[in-house]
Amino acid sequence: MALSFIEGNEAVALGALAAGCRFFAGYPITPATTVYNAMLKYLPPEGGVCLQGEDEIASIGYCLGASMAGVKVLTATSGPGISLYSEQISFAIGSEIPLVIVNVQRLGPSTGSATKGADGDIQFMRWGSSAGLPVIVLAPVDVADCYRLTVHAFNLAEQYRCPVFLASNKEIAMTRESVDLDAVELPDIITRKTADRAKPFLPFATPNDHTAPDFLPIGDPTLVRQTSSTHGVNGYITVDPEEIQAFQIRLEKKLKAHVDEFTLFERDLDPQAKTLLVAYGVTARAARVAVAASRAAGKPVSLLIPKTLWPVSERLIMDTAAAYDRVVVVEMNMGQYVREIQRLLPGKPVGFLGQMNGNLIKPDQIREVI
Amino acid sequence: MRSLINTSRPPVFCPGCSHERIVHTLDKAFARMGLNGNQVVIVSDIGCSGLFDTFFNTHAFHGLHGRALTYAMGLKMARPDLKVIVTMGDGGLGIGGAHVLSTCRRNIDLTLLILNNFNYGMTGGQCSSTTPQEAVVGSGFLNQLEKPVDICRLAAAAGAAFVTRTSSYAPELVDEMVAAIRFDGFSVVDMWGMCPGRYTKRNKITPKSIDADLAALPRFKGPVPENQRNEYGRGYREVAAGLSAPARPVKIEAHFRPPAGGRQEVLILGSAGQRIVTAGEIFCLAGMTGGWHATLKNDYPITVLRGHSVSEMVLSPQPVNYTGIERPNVVVALADEGVGRRKKMLARLGGDTLIIKAAGVTLPETGATMQAVDFKAQKIKTQDWALAALALLASKDRVISMDMLKAALAVRFKNAVLEAAVELVDRVTD
Repeated sequence: MALSFIEGNEAVALGALAAGCRFFAGYPITPATTVYNAMLKYLPPEGGVCLQGEDEIASIGYCLGASMAGVKVLTATSGPGISLYSEQISFAIGSEIPLVIVNVQRLGPSTGSATKGADGDIQFMRWGSSAGLPVIVLAPVDVADCYRLTVHAFNLAEQYRCPVFLASNKEIAMTRESVDLDAVELPDIITRKTADRAKPFLPFATPNDHTAPDFLPIGDPTLVRQTSSTHGVNGYITVDPEEIQAFQIRLEKKLKAHVDEFTLFERDLDPQAKTLLVAYGVTARAARVAVAASRAAGKPVSLLIPKTLWPVSERLIMDTAAAYDRVVVVEMNMGQYVREIQRLLPGKPVGFLGQMNGNLIKPDQIREVI
Repeated sequence: MRSLINTSRPPVFCPGCSHERIVHTLDKAFARMGLNGNQVVIVSDIGCSGLFDTFFNTHAFHGLHGRALTYAMGLKMARPDLKVIVTMGDGGLGIGGAHVLSTCRRNIDLTLLILNNFNYGMTGGQCSSTTPQEAVVGSGFLNQLEKPVDICRLAAAAGAAFVTRTSSYAPELVDEMVAAIRFDGFSVVDMWGMCPGRYTKRNKITPKSIDADLAALPRFKGPVPENQRNEYGRGYREVAAGLSAPARPVKIEAHFRPPAGGRQEVLILGSAGQRIVTAGEIFCLAGMTGGWHATLKNDYPITVLRGHSVSEMVLSPQPVNYTGIERPNVVVALADEGVGRRKKMLARLGGDTLIIKAAGVTLPETGATMQAVDFKAQKIKTQDWALAALALLASKDRVISMDMLKAALAVRFKNAVLEAAVELVDRVTD
């Protein structure tokens, strides 16, 4: 076993390269800057492009342009940058532009504390776009996850033609950790499906109401249209309410109907336990320690670590929680994902531990609420 | 003549709108250049200029207000062979000002066609960044208080290599467009026109008055001599082609047996300039040469040249889950700034924690075991104190061994720097 000593942000960059990413654009912001640094180091020598935008809006704009040219693209920022990305994210959702966004969360609100961690953007990533249509959010627990989930994020962006967030956290992103990247199991690489050029090309046509359209790049011999306006299958503005409604339903269903296919999680269940602990991101690591200590003290407890946060893996949460008298959710915010758990488990007691003071939640704090 | 006009979607502009003339002039320019639709991308902004992409049989990209140049930049960097034309109004010019300036500075091969009609036509004729102060517009008196921008002077000042100011009615407009599209770099064409729907009702303006106004302004007709330089994308690819691929992260093999067992937490409290972060990394690498897992968290202010610098390291035979430090095995206290960040923790410590304290550092009341060291008396510079403290630990087989420390130095340093580091760790004494 030979270990490397890298931080989460570098692992994200290496994951992006493994996934076939050839374009990065970003604007410097702590604690996401080192993703940019790493992409600048790796991409240009390989013939890829790494750009620093004049602001966050530009950075994600470059990515949208490059993605429509057929390139796998990545950007990285933190909460203040996600705010500026918002309108472009709405565009990527509605116009089905594949894109991976790393959100290295830091303590907010607003400029907050640049060098303190938090998981304060969990609902923001889901709802911070106009129209409220779904996105995919994956939450890494450690450096190995930063590597692996970045590859998953690209696969999902390509398959479902949507923005995919990696919900990182300063505490993973800028913490260096020993890791054997060669031992990390990566999924097969997925690339967006090319449309059949033998048929007339309709840029937003799909065979059913729950998949993404096949893709041709701008610059193809066949003409391609992209637009942020409400469009029909031909890529031109439509005012037909039936066509518009069908389009919105498809954007919703193409992710929600398939979430079971990309529900990533870890589960450590104890058949004797009455309590299920739910934690994600860096907090899941303290939860593992708390669970081990609790069991050693003769108090069995189970642990669920969801890694696909959005769309909510409803089946996983309901099925896992069914056997327990009580569920406890722990997260580095004032209570965001716990809302989803409560929504899914009516009648079941759901305890909560939240903290947003710049410090990691400690294993001892979690033991107190188990 | 071959035309790229999309006959199934004819222009829908207000009668008398100069935008419609520009649609046909642009088509003539494409034809004169012999361009096929699939060689061209029209990236359109928001407002009436944002309709342009629908009138042509070309590739089309229509996005958000003011952001057209950002998409164009991404497209052009990904597909340098495409002719990328951006259509934008004076509204997009204002809201997307940062993108206009940056694109001018970059000199990427895009063509920006500014359909400048002095107001926001689509939303009701409000003032824009080019509305004259004396104009009567939908923003009440507000435009009287703001000076309109001269986009051509601005673009040239920002480094645009090609700037043309012209009238939408100019007989030579097609030549000017062709020259702009052919130009190998960023070209800006500022086309003054009329918005009959919103602007000309209350502001008398004619093709003739436009000519008269233009004649009174500095002339911009094509290449800006002082801004001629390499096109951005080509320059990028030239530089990138000369870069060698960087090494992937180093792999550390386990060669040694660590002198301690179980989870080890070590904290270094120092100040900027003491190479605390480097020492933290070396400590972790040393642990990894003993087959340990390691984590390193650093805490320093954003102004890196002053203030505290704190590194928290965890070594463990198993992968490290919780990366926080509650009860460190060892604390290295090298500066008051660092100590100040962990006062509460230091006060809680018991005798099983060893604190290596540099002479002159003040600690709060603590139950930890103390070892004071005068590095200065050993002629060790302050930036080497952290490494010297690690050497002290290693010399006593506390957490790491000297073999592990030296192996870590060999991973991190080379040549003279490595020799100096080895010399240092060999000579440190309590």
